[in-house]
Amino acid sequence: MSGIGTGRLLAWPAFLIAGLLGGIPMALVIACSLMKPGAFGGVEWGLSFDAYRALLFRRDIFSGEPVFSADHLLIYGRSILLAAGTTILCLAIGFPTAAHMATRPPRARKWWVLAITLPFWTSLLVRTLALMLIIGDQGLINGLLLRTGLIQAPVAMLHTNFAVLLGLVYSFLPFMVLPVFAALERLDPRLVEAGADLYAGRWRIAFLVILPNIRPGLVAGCLLVFLPALGSYVVPLMLGGGRAMMAGDLIALQFGGARNWPLGAAEAVALVTLVLAALLPCWLMRGRAG
Amino acid sequence: MQRHLPRAFGLVAGASLLFLYAPILVLGVFSFNSGRLFHRWEGGSLHWYAKALANEGFRGAAVNSLAVALGATLLATFLATGAVIGLHRAGARQQGIALALIGLPLVVPEVVMAVATLIFFSLLRGATGLDFGLGNLILAHAAFCLPFAMMPIRAALRGVEPAILTVAADLYASEGAIVRHILLPLLAPGIGSGAALAFITSFDDFAMSQLLAGPGQTTLPVFIWAQLRRPLTPEVNAMSAIMLAVSAAFICLALAMVARARFTNGPCDP
Repeated sequence: MSGIGTGRLLAWPAFLIAGLLGGIPMALVIACSLMKPGAFGGVEWGLSFDAYRALLFRRDIFSGEPVFSADHLLIYGRSILLAAGTTILCLAIGFPTAAHMATRPPRARKWWVLAITLPFWTSLLVRTLALMLIIGDQGLINGLLLRTGLIQAPVAMLHTNFAVLLGLVYSFLPFMVLPVFAALERLDPRLVEAGADLYAGRWRIAFLVILPNIRPGLVAGCLLVFLPALGSYVVPLMLGGGRAMMAGDLIALQFGGARNWPLGAAEAVALVTLVLAALLPCWLMRGRAG
Repeated sequence: MQRHLPRAFGLVAGASLLFLYAPILVLGVFSFNSGRLFHRWEGGSLHWYAKALANEGFRGAAVNSLAVALGATLLATFLATGAVIGLHRAGARQQGIALALIGLPLVVPEVVMAVATLIFFSLLRGATGLDFGLGNLILAHAAFCLPFAMMPIRAALRGVEPAILTVAADLYASEGAIVRHILLPLLAPGIGSGAALAFITSFDDFAMSQLLAGPGQTTLPVFIWAQLRRPLTPEVNAMSAIMLAVSAAFICLALAMVARARFTNGPCDP
């Protein structure tokens, strides 16, 4: 067979592998969340909503009655707050950085983009470890402060919400800078000049000329930071150390030491639902824009 | 526009760069420290590198990491090239469905993808007894790297002048001949950088490897993570610095290939 048809066949292997190792496993997570935990990990066949009930209730040790437990709400709430805080901080640092980059000469711009992109392609684990060595009790900051005599005992920075927030901003800052930079670079400078010629002040130009024009870049940047931050695993695992847990760690825990697969699967479904809920307004807006 | 920019923006931009690079630099510098501390410089030495390279666990993990990354890269690049060429003639609807499925790892949190794959392989083993050993990890990584490998290949396809393909078809070149003699050579730099990105993505992956790797299948990031349970020495810096160097080499390779493609395509390139 020749003509248009043969080319399309080439896409099938990728489609099949993505379905086999992406689509089917995701469906299995949903199926697994509706079963009972097996004795040694894994699942027991049979429909059960216990895993979802366990997200909000735990069994009383003595009576066996379900009692409300805020443990899950606390961890998911912390995940949302930390992801939101990360997004705000990345925007506050990333926007000025992107604006500075966009106003450099073209050649310098390329170097800036390269410098901002490069860390993303190195191991997240190693970069998080580097932060750990700096803010740890025996780390660089505490070591220097102790030696100068400014403090007597190490300041506990590791394994706190602060450490996780720092780590998340550190990992996801490039995701904010690059789309905002791309939007600013596309902005026609004549618009800004026209605004200035018409005696608009700095703030009026920023809010009435620049902001509406770069909104898609800002939205993309916020999503690219918020979504991976919400589901992050390595950063809270290393910098939170069990004391500042996020949803991702909780899920992995059920498949490791805790051995409660259905609960872990239900937690995963809850996390993906949050991710989709954050994406929904953008899909709707894009649909309306055509 | 430049004259409207507050001067503080430049300072913030500089601080951003410092923030991104300072931890990596500190890690690198202290990997050459001769002492055991992370906050006191006691003279340069390659002692910790020698120790890391002599560590059997580290060497085994490095071999596993390279094997998995090479396998996943070959598979992902092959699949990604086929997908890009195959999808470019497909309708918008088919393209949308295929790209959504292939792009799943970009939207779903990595740890969810990892436990999903864990459930999949465990059920597969339970139902059919199939277990490919390190092959499980290679397959999982390939699916995970696929969307990253596709990015530069799709970018390269956008740079191909559509008239070339029309001319070839008008001259009775078969679909296969067009792919072999025109598309593949033109896409080669994109395919090369796609392969490099797939390699780094697999090589740096932690969550998937940590949850899937069985005994004896430890990869480098998982091995380094396991070191954190003991008292830390700069040996872990040396191991990390070696990993960073490998990633940096591959990202430079990817960028060099893209840059060369721009250069050879000359001024016609959009």
